[in-house]
Amino acid sequence: MNTSWGCLPIVGADRIIERDWRFEVLPEFSGSDTALAYGRGRSYGDSCINSQATQISTRQLNRFIRFDVQSGILNCEAGLTLDEILQIIVPRGWFLPVVPGTRFITLGGAIANDVHGKNHHRAGSFGCHVRSLTLLRSDGARHECSPTENSQLFAATIGGLGLTGLVTSAEVTLIPIVSSELIVEDLTFSCLEEFSALSQDSVDWEYTVSWIDTAARNGQVGRGIFSRGRHAESRGELVPGSSHPKVGVPFSPPVSLVNKWTVDIFNRTYFWAGSRKKGLRHVHYQPFFFPLDAIANWNRVYGQRGFYQYQCVVPHQGGEHAIQTLLREIHRSGAASFLTVLKEFGDHQSPGLLSFPRPGLTLAIDFPNRGEKTQRLFASFDETVLSVGGALYPAKDARMSARLFAAGFPGVQAFSSQMDPKFSSTFWRRVQE
Amino acid sequence: MNNELRVLVFGANSAICHELLKLYALERASFFLVARNAEKLAAIADDLVARGGTIGGTASYDFNDWQQNEACVSKGRECLGEIDIAIVAHGSLPDQTECEASSAAVKACMDDNFTSAAIIVQACAFQLALQGRGTLAVISSVAGDRGRKSNYAYGAAKAGIDALLQGLQGRFSGTGVKVVNIKPGMVISPMTVGMDHGAVWSTPAAIAPNIYRAIAKGRKVCYVPGYWRLIMLIVRGLPTSVLAKLPI
Repeated sequence: MNTSWGCLPIVGADRIIERDWRFEVLPEFSGSDTALAYGRGRSYGDSCINSQATQISTRQLNRFIRFDVQSGILNCEAGLTLDEILQIIVPRGWFLPVVPGTRFITLGGAIANDVHGKNHHRAGSFGCHVRSLTLLRSDGARHECSPTENSQLFAATIGGLGLTGLVTSAEVTLIPIVSSELIVEDLTFSCLEEFSALSQDSVDWEYTVSWIDTAARNGQVGRGIFSRGRHAESRGELVPGSSHPKVGVPFSPPVSLVNKWTVDIFNRTYFWAGSRKKGLRHVHYQPFFFPLDAIANWNRVYGQRGFYQYQCVVPHQGGEHAIQTLLREIHRSGAASFLTVLKEFGDHQSPGLLSFPRPGLTLAIDFPNRGEKTQRLFASFDETVLSVGGALYPAKDARMSARLFAAGFPGVQAFSSQMDPKFSSTFWRRVQE
Repeated sequence: MNNELRVLVFGANSAICHELLKLYALERASFFLVARNAEKLAAIADDLVARGGTIGGTASYDFNDWQQNEACVSKGRECLGEIDIAIVAHGSLPDQTECEASSAAVKACMDDNFTSAAIIVQACAFQLALQGRGTLAVISSVAGDRGRKSNYAYGAAKAGIDALLQGLQGRFSGTGVKVVNIKPGMVISPMTVGMDHGAVWSTPAAIAPNIYRAIAKGRKVCYVPGYWRLIMLIVRGLPTSVLAKLPI
């Protein structure tokens, strides 16, 4: 506990306290002490860490409050994980409106990072489906926030990185399903132009995402597999699947198992396997939405130095060119990215002042931590992202500069006035320097 | 025809108990829930309803107000119709040094962990006997297996419950009433907050399925997690002179 997903050397909190009941108040934070909610530590960098200060574990805030099976409106405590929610709602014909790549995050984390999923082009970010939330502030006040009530505080809390107080519970609108399966199709593309064409063609598909082959050689840079899916429309089984991965990585090896050679083999095999899948398939929602959740603690394969994920969004204007530039830089550097994901965001306005999703293309790249070498590569990525007016995703970040943060999040001025004076994070202090 | 499990629960606000009740809620059980704190109990009840359970009724009062206990068991039976499973899970973990310094602390420890539990256990057992069937499950503790210097007040109370359950198991042997003694080891929960969590610690969610199975099978004694059976076998076998030197 008290670590984040990238396993990077980040100084932990001095004190971890539990909140067992949603109606309890917060303790006093004396002097310069500050607080930050901690769910399951699935943020990659330091946005979920409050070094040398206090973290409030929300593990015990795991109770449902009200689930209206008729209307699909769910009210529950913020420490429940999306998996715990799916276990209950799927058998009764409901699904979460937006899910990210892992189901082991908490509801509070989904709100604080305004997470997005494969359906962003149709449904927007997670925050678009939050009807209301309860925010507990360090002064003891409890605020009900919604798009119409305390709307400024609501806008600051959605995507607000936990800095506006402790979210104790929230009400979310679910979507109906008649089967726990999806209809899925995989298509290969050989360059980014083809990707864009597929993306345009697939606007009727609820879920789309692409994997990019970063091991591709010169002429093939930009090739990948485009996956699209929709919930099965014919009545089928409603089974949530297991909560426990069957396999896992038992410990962190001294060096990263992800390197140039393993990445090369993996990428080639993945592309080859993907290009063989033809036509429509029926797939359970777990492998479609959460493929990496099948391996417990997969983050450990990067070894004891940990890893970085670099996720940026670039606007449509100049975006395709920027992505092309980034892919070339990866190729030139010889750095190994195990899993590279590309997705086109839709035009839905994210409700949060610091929300990451915005119209354009988003690219996520994983790199083992190789110290200076990795930092230099990221610095060159940053220039490309800045040049087209893009932004980096705080939930994935452990190193962006204050300048990059300010450029990517113009809502930060309005946000600051809504912050809880006693809440802070290592990420926040870093990007304020 | 109503085939759902009917479950009577004392100490429904305990973290271990709540995890167990979640499993029954998934099976659409109906509950009569009793706990001291009404606000917390309402939160537990709402959670179980959302998970698929139904609430036959709730009651909240201080279990040390002992004259209420028997009536509450009867009320639970009335509301549920019949009781399939009765669970007694309340308790409190006192600070041993405080118990040594204060008679009031020792009394509170015995009241919370033995006296009130004994009265409720007995009332539940004889209520089930009236039906001729049912399972009584009591959360005791490995602490009752042997008095140790670090928590012997709590251990003494739990050892008392142990003896009571052994007696009841004999008393109802050969009848439809089963008595299950659940002995959790060290569990990370609000009750153990502030203690250092080492390798032998587990979580309420991890042990709940074991408790569920022990109740379903009507096992007499169940250590959770199972490795505590071995640990306590060793602890029980230690010579007194050796035990006294250990920091446990």
